[in-house]
Amino acid sequence: MSQVHAPPQGFLRRWIFSTDHKVIGLQYYFLALFSAIIGMVLSAAMRFHLVYPDAKVRLFGWLWPDGAPGGQMTPELYLSLMTMHGTLMVFFVLTAAPQSGFGNYFIPLQISAPDMVFPRLNMLSFWVTFLALVTLLAAFFVPGGAPLGGWTAYPPLSAIGEVAGPGQGLGMDLWILSIALFSIASLMGSINFLTTLADLRAPGLGLFDLPLTCWGWLVTALISLFAFAVLLPAGILLLLDRNIGTSFFVPSNLLVNDRLLDHKGGSPLLFQHLFWFFGHPEVYIAILPGMGVISTVLSTFARKPVFGRMAMIYALLAIGFLGFLVWGHHMFISGMSPYSSIAFSLITLAVGVPSAIKTFNWIGTLWGGQLRFTTAMLFALGFVSLFVSGGITGIFLGQPAIDLYMHDTYFVVGHFHLIMGVAAVFALFAATFYWFPKMFGRMLSEPLGKAHFYITFLGVYAIFVPMHLAGIVGNPRRYPDFKEFEFLASLMPMHKFITHAAFTTAAAQLIFLFNLFYSMRRGVPAPQNPWEASTREWN
Amino acid sequence: MSPAWSGGQSPFAIGSKKLGMWLFLASDSLTFATMLAVYTFVRYGSPDWPAPFAFSPSILFSTGMTLVLLSSSLTMVHAVQAMHAGDRARTVRWILATMLGGALFVGLHLTEWIHLIRDERMTPWSNPWGAPLFGAAFFGITGLHMLHVTAGVVYLGIVAAGVRRGRFSDEDVEVSGLYWHFVDLVWMFVFPLIYLMSVKP
Repeated sequence: MSQVHAPPQGFLRRWIFSTDHKVIGLQYYFLALFSAIIGMVLSAAMRFHLVYPDAKVRLFGWLWPDGAPGGQMTPELYLSLMTMHGTLMVFFVLTAAPQSGFGNYFIPLQISAPDMVFPRLNMLSFWVTFLALVTLLAAFFVPGGAPLGGWTAYPPLSAIGEVAGPGQGLGMDLWILSIALFSIASLMGSINFLTTLADLRAPGLGLFDLPLTCWGWLVTALISLFAFAVLLPAGILLLLDRNIGTSFFVPSNLLVNDRLLDHKGGSPLLFQHLFWFFGHPEVYIAILPGMGVISTVLSTFARKPVFGRMAMIYALLAIGFLGFLVWGHHMFISGMSPYSSIAFSLITLAVGVPSAIKTFNWIGTLWGGQLRFTTAMLFALGFVSLFVSGGITGIFLGQPAIDLYMHDTYFVVGHFHLIMGVAAVFALFAATFYWFPKMFGRMLSEPLGKAHFYITFLGVYAIFVPMHLAGIVGNPRRYPDFKEFEFLASLMPMHKFITHAAFTTAAAQLIFLFNLFYSMRRGVPAPQNPWEASTREWN
Repeated sequence: MSPAWSGGQSPFAIGSKKLGMWLFLASDSLTFATMLAVYTFVRYGSPDWPAPFAFSPSILFSTGMTLVLLSSSLTMVHAVQAMHAGDRARTVRWILATMLGGALFVGLHLTEWIHLIRDERMTPWSNPWGAPLFGAAFFGITGLHMLHVTAGVVYLGIVAAGVRRGRFSDEDVEVSGLYWHFVDLVWMFVFPLIYLMSVKP
């Protein structure tokens, strides 16, 4: 392969302000890994508090002197942990790693291009993402702490400042700023991805000859090009409401904590429309790159070409397109017109068709193959399993009549964690095990990988299946504890089970971290093409 | 699939920077569409939405601004043409004329803003005529547009300097022209929605 520029000299140019797509890919990967660790620790703290609400934990008191006086977690602290967990995971893990991390590393290699088409823009988008992460984490350290409103930041509570709660002051401003920066970085990234995939493919590599991994990144880049373009102005208008005194999202005569606000005439529903016009496609931003990876991994370890390749491509495009038409299914209980709910519901159920095509084709790829159960393959199979389990509950929630009952319960928590959270993370694990030899020249340990897989696979089902049951019984979500609710008392043993499963699963991730960092230095040296794969990056 | 997409070349037979700019404009048009959708939403959601702009001077003034901005698109076309003809000095002059048009537009716009704020008592949070969101939408949308024009003037300044030093190509000038025409095009949506639909009956 031709080298457009000599390798940069010096630590700064080489590892920090690098324009090399491989280094930038790794930077995104480790940024996401760091965010995932923080996000997971936050969720462990939340799970602990849910089942031991009266426990005094010295660590909490030390970390958050205001949020946990004497180690006793306040409801406000719980909500701020929930907000930060969701924001870190959705943006800085599930958006950053599958698309920007692996995409940057492998698009040029898979299309035989010397680099991304705009290397400096690429570096800029990473550093703006980094700035966004720092801005978000800074919210923990400002007076009032991190915001409370969840990763969706619904107004009016997100639009009126400190009167809505301790984290809704400066913390909320930082949150919005962080998401605005992230939107800009994603926009730059998707322009780079799309232009690279259009212009830099090797001669003879037609658009439809691209590996499905590249198709995943391509459709995802298209989605983020349009989705973040709507989130950005929504965030700006929210900032104006908070700091300039406009009332886009705040209704008249709003009484909050005994204070009458002087905002006039806005609509919180408007923000929900804008947010979910971004927010639903965002779900596909998290999962589509994973789908591409899974197709490649399954076909490599089944020793067969992907079954129905063209159908896979059209299904990706269909999911990407339909994703822009279904945002209203997040708003069935918002007070939106029930007639529009019917339309949103029908299109939502239609997403099941391309999703089913993909699942069917993954099974078709495995059918009659000579399966090799490497760790990457196991995680890919786990992905398919989780995608089906999480997808089926989506058909429940896509129907307004059922969603009205389920929406604010743990059923939704179980649903989106399985399909968007854990499935996408399994794709990340599969990608890590599959491409590690290419990225670091060494092999990850397979025995450690398998132990990590089995505990994680059983663990996530043990965590999230019971949540569905709790939801069906009517267990509300976003509550910091269930002490006050007699009808939930009988669920406490199950919640304890969930918490213990969560701690076990979290501990199993230490196996992965050890495997990752140990194998980077001491792993068995990798052959040129350890999996006998057929895509260009191995040859 | 047409052979243009078979790899080893740009499928649209344009440079990568131009494709990148088109993609940016596609994204940016969604950003402005969002703002205009917000405007529509709050306008129809407010029973007391005002129509305060008198034909003279408000609409005449904003029509003048529109003419200035549209003329700057014409000068931009001349800049691109001059660049194609290989006349760098003339290109720089036309770009400077375009920047002048943009700067004049921003100047007139700010004059209008100051007049509205100081004399008409219209702010982002209140106005004497009705729904306070009228001011919020007005300043929000025209502010975002003005930001784009200002950024465009700076961008054109960089391009002009590059052309003068012989560092920029035809296509670089064209790409900046794309951006400039887009900002004008957006105004052609903002002007009727914000001004012409707010004429005092």
